[in-house]
Amino acid sequence: MREVAVVSSAIYQVEALTFTTDVQLMVPLINEARSAVGLTQADIGFTCSGSSDFLAGQGFSFVQTLDAVGAFPPISESHVEMDGAFALYEAWVKLQVGEVDTALVYSYGKSSPGSRRDVLAVQLDPYTVAPLWPDAYAVAALQARLLLESGAVSAEGLAEIAVRSQHHAVGNPNALRASAGATVAGVLSEPVVADPLRASDIAAESDGGCVVVLAAGDRARSLCERPAWIRGIDHRIDAHGLGVRDLTRSPSAALAAQMAGAGQDRLDLAELHGPTTSQEHILATELGLGADTVVNPSGGALAADTLMAAGLVRIAEAARRISSGGADRALAHATSGPCLQQNLVCVMEGE
Amino acid sequence: MTDTPVPHEVPADQVAEGPPIQLPPSISDVEPVLSVRTPIRLEYDFIPSAAAQQYLRAYASKRILGNRSPVDGAVFVPPRGVDPRNGVVADEMVDLVDTGHVGSFCITHLPIPGRKDLPVPYVSAWIHLDGADIGFLGLVAGCAAADVRIGMRVRAVWKPDAELGATAENVLHWEPTGQPDVPIDEAGNRAWALKQSAAGGGEDA
Repeated sequence: MREVAVVSSAIYQVEALTFTTDVQLMVPLINEARSAVGLTQADIGFTCSGSSDFLAGQGFSFVQTLDAVGAFPPISESHVEMDGAFALYEAWVKLQVGEVDTALVYSYGKSSPGSRRDVLAVQLDPYTVAPLWPDAYAVAALQARLLLESGAVSAEGLAEIAVRSQHHAVGNPNALRASAGATVAGVLSEPVVADPLRASDIAAESDGGCVVVLAAGDRARSLCERPAWIRGIDHRIDAHGLGVRDLTRSPSAALAAQMAGAGQDRLDLAELHGPTTSQEHILATELGLGADTVVNPSGGALAADTLMAAGLVRIAEAARRISSGGADRALAHATSGPCLQQNLVCVMEGE
Repeated sequence: MTDTPVPHEVPADQVAEGPPIQLPPSISDVEPVLSVRTPIRLEYDFIPSAAAQQYLRAYASKRILGNRSPVDGAVFVPPRGVDPRNGVVADEMVDLVDTGHVGSFCITHLPIPGRKDLPVPYVSAWIHLDGADIGFLGLVAGCAAADVRIGMRVRAVWKPDAELGATAENVLHWEPTGQPDVPIDEAGNRAWALKQSAAGGGEDA
């Protein structure tokens, strides 16, 4: 396998990008990530992005966002209607093939102009589930209820996840929900939003974007003092129908972690894309994380969940901690679809 | 969006051909489902970007604004706050005149449903304003469709002042000025290419 590493990243997440278009959001972010390693678009071999037209409310919105890249003279480019972590996977494959030595990956989501709870309903089975128009929090609450009733975790256990996220998010400029004083009792006293989920159990909705620059082999070493080498990356999918799955489990997450070699050595940290505390609990179990692994040192997706970018943000956050020397081996996870249907696991190491 | 009612039964001649469906005996006498209505409605509250707001507000008083690229000086209209060729912020606003030339055009002979005010044939054109380096879309009227040509000089025909607003609809159409045409080799995007090669840059010219 060809050595490929994250050499640079840029993240920006806020509550709402009221007067800023997707293009205006991405121009400074893309330039920040490229120039941090001294690259211009002419030095980038392949560009891949992830976004959703359902958030923009217009078809082919991602084509407009290419204005932010400076796609002239014409570039080699691709797009996935998925989280940017899956765009990163496509770029990683392109680097494996050996066609290119560098890749620019970006993704963004501006969900504030619409209703995120309703937009997410259109990803459900279009014949028997979507017509019922279940909002995303209600669907996640069905899963959380099953999890609590199974005895796998208690309401206090979920609140502990929320509290840990809020503590870790302090000092993260891209986190929306951070509090050094958060307590389990405080979380449990919040009213339920979608019973049994309380406000702190559900990710803070954000608008924003993320950019990652990948490079292979010695090119990565020349660009970055301590690249975050991707030692394993894999994504797997479970059945689409909610009724045919055991919603307290996520076999696709477990298999992706196994294929990515997550358990072959100790993990210093794991950045998990769990849009609810219940989903984060399921992920930590399926990925086999031990007590010596710090979960979501950035606060994770609970602290700020930018649709289409939250998974790529996890990779960027984990890679930064490796490049800074704060960690030697890290796991980053991204999810897509309802109730953890599809999962990507990326294992990175320093040299 | 139109409020065209969804037909409850698809006419037989509009159902795709395929092998006959063999239903299990238990539901063989049930009326087949031919269509499903999915009543999800997604609403969006769009707020134009700062550049678009400035543009639309100026447009309401018959001013046309563009953005100048900080890299190569190209003027883009309407302004989007970025230079898409170079991927950089372009926030310098430039006032443009309401005269220009036809960079390219298309004569359409099919009516647009719901647009009874637009008799066929109508001419859509890429209007290159004097001082701008890209074109933007408009209608050409005030002459026979057959007389429209690349390089033809045109001016804006604005709505009456009382009907102007912060909308893209303020220019009713573009009409010929009668001035000499822009030579075809210098019309449309070719003008930018010529400017670039004259300036000694422009590997893309």
